[in-house]
Amino acid sequence: MHKKDRLESPRIVKIQKVISENKDVKTLIFEDGLESLPGQFVMIWLPGVDEIPMSISYLGRKKGITVKKVGEATKILCGLKPNDNIGIRGPYGTFFNSKGKKLLVVAGGIGIAPLAPLIEMANDDGKVVTLAFGAKTKDELLFLKRLKSSCKQMQISTDDGSKGYHGFVSDLTLEILKKEAFDEIFTCGPELMIKKIVDISSRKNIPVQASLERFMKCGVGICDSCAINGFLVCKDGPVFTGEVLEKINDLGKTRRDACGRKVKI
Amino acid sequence: MHITFFDRMVDISTTISGIKLKNPTMLAAGILGETGDSLLKIAEGGAGALVTKSIGIEPREGYPNPTFLETEHGILNAMGLPNPGIENYQEEVKKALKSNIPVIGSIFGKNTQEFELLAKKMEQYHVHALELNLSCPHAKGYGAEIGHDINKVQEITRAVKGSVKIPVFVKLSPNVGNIAEIASAVQKSEGDAIVAINTIRAMAINAELARPNLANKIGGYSGPAIKPIGLRCVYEIKAATELPIIGVGGILSGMDAVEYIMAGASAVQIGSGIYYKDEKIFANISKEIREFMDSHGYKTLREMVGVAQKR
Repeated sequence: MHKKDRLESPRIVKIQKVISENKDVKTLIFEDGLESLPGQFVMIWLPGVDEIPMSISYLGRKKGITVKKVGEATKILCGLKPNDNIGIRGPYGTFFNSKGKKLLVVAGGIGIAPLAPLIEMANDDGKVVTLAFGAKTKDELLFLKRLKSSCKQMQISTDDGSKGYHGFVSDLTLEILKKEAFDEIFTCGPELMIKKIVDISSRKNIPVQASLERFMKCGVGICDSCAINGFLVCKDGPVFTGEVLEKINDLGKTRRDACGRKVKI
Repeated sequence: MHITFFDRMVDISTTISGIKLKNPTMLAAGILGETGDSLLKIAEGGAGALVTKSIGIEPREGYPNPTFLETEHGILNAMGLPNPGIENYQEEVKKALKSNIPVIGSIFGKNTQEFELLAKKMEQYHVHALELNLSCPHAKGYGAEIGHDINKVQEITRAVKGSVKIPVFVKLSPNVGNIAEIASAVQKSEGDAIVAINTIRAMAINAELARPNLANKIGGYSGPAIKPIGLRCVYEIKAATELPIIGVGGILSGMDAVEYIMAGASAVQIGSGIYYKDEKIFANISKEIREFMDSHGYKTLREMVGVAQKR
């Protein structure tokens, strides 16, 4: 009768370790047996507060989510300590699927979270990864030490010039593409950045996959909260290929609020 | 060639108060249906008609999460009627109408005036019929809290009937002592069809944390577990009224749909079934109904409606 071999109901796990990544970002490590792939997400239940989608930033039995304080739930998540309980269901959604040998990964800020396990996995598989990583300022960067050994080259950009290339990561990406060719591009970050990277990829004819974010409720494809042009971010995404992204006219333009109203991005 | 042969032999089209459906499968209210594009996807999946998300006067966020979880035999939700409000919903209806199949506007209000206003707006948006949500089991002041009261059901149905020309379906709650009595009240008030059933009031408890799972604590239970309850309700309503019935509750296969039709339904709605299968469930169920009818000697769907009543 069941669609899958598991019930989509939260499992309670204990936080084992909390890593402070920067002043607004924490990684929570917990043990969970279910296998997941880079780019997939879980629904994290904070009893009495909310249940929110989070990208998986560490794969394997010891899983991790990397949380930036942006609202009430993420603020409380960032304040959790080892031995605190959270509920988790999933993993859900599509994943980054690399077929090429030479990868360009473009991350904006906390958008590095779903990309980090992809970079590590690609490196383990003998692929060559270049990371272009942008943030507003150097204090918002994270995972630099973690990813150093997995990237052939890592180029940083900051909007304020406090580290690396002074400017947007999309402009840095153009610079990189002038000098080097890549088999595929993977990206996640603020949606306007994603839109630019998708446009660049399409102009340069490089296959692209991007992870999108939308307001989400059920996480399993029935409530329509995360709908974007007939695609559901929870089920058809969060990772979309360039071919699908071309059909998503609202990309970088509008999103739906909790009531389902269209609002400008 | 085989399919064409079936098509000629077996007619699975159905008509509900003048609205013709190419097949008896409709999308149930509340599943997807918040956006026009998603409704179009369901139409591509083979649905015979679309029912919108329940729309109210003002934009509404619904309840905080968790609003969903799966249990052993069904799914539990307490979305809390999130919707963009009737004014913002016009463009979604406009898109859904491009499907060229009937679009039924589901509405919820807290009183007669709100229902009348929503009904008129939906009619202006050119929906083919209305579905009055008198049955959401977990929204304070709305849905079943109104649908339990026979006088309010009559008053609202009569008022909406008086303010629009399109057919008015009334969706009923199973969480009542006597659903047939409420259905009879709808008939007396000149409602055009009954939709039964909405979800069952239910709860899940997380033992590890010793607390209810849903943020709203109480939600609505749907999926395979509720099929026998839906069948009983449809059977009782069919026996008590002359109104066409649209059966809902735990329909995942053509056989489930056939059982509802035999209990008395002229069409069926599918909601949680999309979760258990996918949006192609509509085409698959239609095919299975056709196969059943062919192998059991039924030529039209109408012949099958309510046959179980006579045994």
